[in-house]
Amino acid sequence: MQEKNREISRICPIRLMNFKLRIWRQPNRKSPGKLADYEVLDISPNTSFLEMLDILNETLLGRGDEPIAFESDCREGICGTCSLTINGEAHGPDHPGAVCELYMRKFRDGATITVEPFRVGSFPIVKDLVIDRSALDRIVQAGGFISARTGSAPEANSIPVAKHNADLAMEAAACIGCGACAAACPNGSAMLFTSAKVSHLALLPQGHPERESRVLKMVRVMDAEGFGNCTNTYECEAVCPAEISASFIAKLNREYARAVLQRSAGE
Amino acid sequence: MIGSFDAKIPPGPLAQKWRSHRDHSRLVSPNNRRKLEIIVVGSGLAGGSAAATLGELGYRVKCFCFQDSPRRAHSIAAQGGINAAKNYQNDGDSVYRLFYDTIKGGDFRSREANVYRLAEIANNIIDQCVAQGVPFAREYSGYLANRSFGGAQVSRTFYARGQTGQQLLLGCYQALCRQIAAGTVRMFPQTEMLDLVIVDRQAKGIITRSLRSGNIERHAADAVVLASGGYGNVYYLSTNARGSNVTATYRAYKRGALFANPSFTQIHPTCIPVSGEHQSKLTLMSESLRNDGRVWVPKRKEDREKAPGEIHDADRDYYLERKYPSYGNLAPRDISSRAAKEVCDEGRGVGPGGRGVYLDFADAIKRLGEETIRERYGNLFEVYEKITGEDAYKVPMRIYPAVHYTMGGLWVDYDLMSNVPGLFVIGEANFSDHGANRLGASALMQGLADGYFVLPNTLPNYLASQMGKRPSPDSPEFLQAEKDVRAKIDRLLKINGTRSLDSFHRELGLLLWEKCGMSRHEKGLREALQKIPELRQEFWRDVRVLGMNEDFNQSLERAGRVADFLEFAELMCKDALERDESAGAHFREEHQTSDGEALRDDERHAAVFAWEFGGDGQPPKLHREPLRFETVHLTQRSYK
Repeated sequence: MQEKNREISRICPIRLMNFKLRIWRQPNRKSPGKLADYEVLDISPNTSFLEMLDILNETLLGRGDEPIAFESDCREGICGTCSLTINGEAHGPDHPGAVCELYMRKFRDGATITVEPFRVGSFPIVKDLVIDRSALDRIVQAGGFISARTGSAPEANSIPVAKHNADLAMEAAACIGCGACAAACPNGSAMLFTSAKVSHLALLPQGHPERESRVLKMVRVMDAEGFGNCTNTYECEAVCPAEISASFIAKLNREYARAVLQRSAGE
Repeated sequence: MIGSFDAKIPPGPLAQKWRSHRDHSRLVSPNNRRKLEIIVVGSGLAGGSAAATLGELGYRVKCFCFQDSPRRAHSIAAQGGINAAKNYQNDGDSVYRLFYDTIKGGDFRSREANVYRLAEIANNIIDQCVAQGVPFAREYSGYLANRSFGGAQVSRTFYARGQTGQQLLLGCYQALCRQIAAGTVRMFPQTEMLDLVIVDRQAKGIITRSLRSGNIERHAADAVVLASGGYGNVYYLSTNARGSNVTATYRAYKRGALFANPSFTQIHPTCIPVSGEHQSKLTLMSESLRNDGRVWVPKRKEDREKAPGEIHDADRDYYLERKYPSYGNLAPRDISSRAAKEVCDEGRGVGPGGRGVYLDFADAIKRLGEETIRERYGNLFEVYEKITGEDAYKVPMRIYPAVHYTMGGLWVDYDLMSNVPGLFVIGEANFSDHGANRLGASALMQGLADGYFVLPNTLPNYLASQMGKRPSPDSPEFLQAEKDVRAKIDRLLKINGTRSLDSFHRELGLLLWEKCGMSRHEKGLREALQKIPELRQEFWRDVRVLGMNEDFNQSLERAGRVADFLEFAELMCKDALERDESAGAHFREEHQTSDGEALRDDERHAAVFAWEFGGDGQPPKLHREPLRFETVHLTQRSYK
């Protein structure tokens, strides 16, 4: 492919790029890992970061070396599968966006790029750049839903929802569940993730019957999974590909306090 | 053939069929449900909603997905919306019209009864999703908003910005999470189905491989539900996620399930054009953009290198508006895609390689202001900018058709059961509702209709006779299926050739795109049918798959999928060749009207083509299910 690229660049003026890569290799959860050095040559600036890794993997495969394990699926920034830390930044330098939306034109020709997995204690490394984020699923399982039995729903327009609230709920619901918030946080906190779900459902009238129990249960599991606390560094908001606002964390705190007060008033 | 090839359409008037069928189907009582185990393969809109609802009903459900979380299934990438005939706009919509638009959009190659049921259920889906907290777009009144979509003259599409699929999937994922917490559903993420197990001519389990550890497991159940999505990735480049594959449905086909209309593949008209050979996937720009964007190319070839702003209005060809004045830029997908190909074939395409047309928002921005356009499509414009480096508020987008959705899939009867008793197929994985072309905003509707409302009502009809019949996963049929799976994996690992997987997949994709893509003809299909087996032989001789089974081995998992694509592609081309007519997305160049529209042959081909596996190296056997139209009158589709 690189030969073809060279040929194309002779015909039309695309400047091809070279990069030095330092990539985290770790055979499995238990073994230690280390950064290994690689080089990729003649990369078109219109190549996405993950496609650049595909090209590197093709080269490794051709040499009989084990390809680098990394995950991706939709490659358009919505499924939340890809999860790389690039030069110390979750999802790399082109915010807002997931790594799959990052293009090589954002890097300087000849640059050295360090690629690591998301580093969070609650996301153990499976292999190389692949992590286990099932802790996030368990937070949702704790109560991140509205218990609406299939078939029991009233006519959709029977409960109007103020546009402002519906829009705000949508902003919170846009979370793609990638876990970059926790990776960027110095405390490894998943507050942005949890707050987005709590806020989304608390902003809608349909979410009100379970409002208190939901926030209490979700926060309990979030803590039990070993995520840290929020100390307002706003790193989460800065890297979030879905641009979830850190103000939802304030809302989570209010929802939590409200639930605790209601519980104690009830007792 | 295993089982029966009878659609089992209930008797009675079209509008009564579903109700009367439910009234007369068998039920399973609550205390018996917890004794029944159901396997659901896939956790997208169809699989996720089915698993959640079946769990809620009290069945014991095992749900499998290859992603690391059910929330990442590819339904999440659907942008535009979901149709329902609520008629909130008072613009004349009705269940009948949604039914009629869908069956006409599918070019009269789907079953009346199935499509009518889908249109009926659509309203319940909107109710259900709102109750779950799906944040659909609303008007200032607080009531739900709608927008228009291709192939309809009413506004019936509900949406959540450009992320409708994401929000519907998260609603269904949350319902699933609730059941996982309740213990009714056991979730198996990063686990792939590699075979279907048939015991006494009924589907009774699957063989799976953990993508994390390589562990191979046998799972027995009382019924198996496949919700494993479509096979668009057979073309290598498509808008599908990287992991989307045909393996679950194809391996079920090899165990005796019929595969219906495999050549019916939808090419979506509005995707970002291919930029180079490094490209790993194509990105869709929602069809909703066609509400406000105008599609054009220069009238003269000579102008195609000019900057779009330098081409005067009089020198632009707004070809969709010209050819289809009443639907204009909202002509259905198959028609819009072919029209784009046509103008590019004439040498009037724009952008690198000449494979692109403009989608221009200048008029809409003038009329509504940039802010309104930003509010409606802001995220899509951002995606476009990230990928191309261009600002579509200032210069028109460039778009080109790309493979997007597959109407074909495993054959199912009215109960969504395949010919193999106990094997149910839902969502994109089945063939049932979209005929030869799917209308926009109908895939989400079908996935959720199948999972929330159809399957939970039809599955008991089968299960009621299955109490106490679940075999042991240690029975000989399971052991044999596991052995077969292991043998196939070993074979892949032992080849140790020189060519990479991607190179095979890419070559297959290009071949199909050329010979069995937006238009097909007999000669090309025959060429493809000759080349595919050659490529497959080379694959099994020379592919390089590294590593071992007992590991997180991404090249091994992909090798199995590419191997299946290499067989499945042949079935697609056979089907395309056998269907000697044009219908919807299946455009046979030999069969077109004088103005280039698809020309059906209702006399000979108003039928579902269902293929039965004939054994390795043997030709498949074709079964035809005649389509009977009792309510609609078959017409030449016209969007003029």
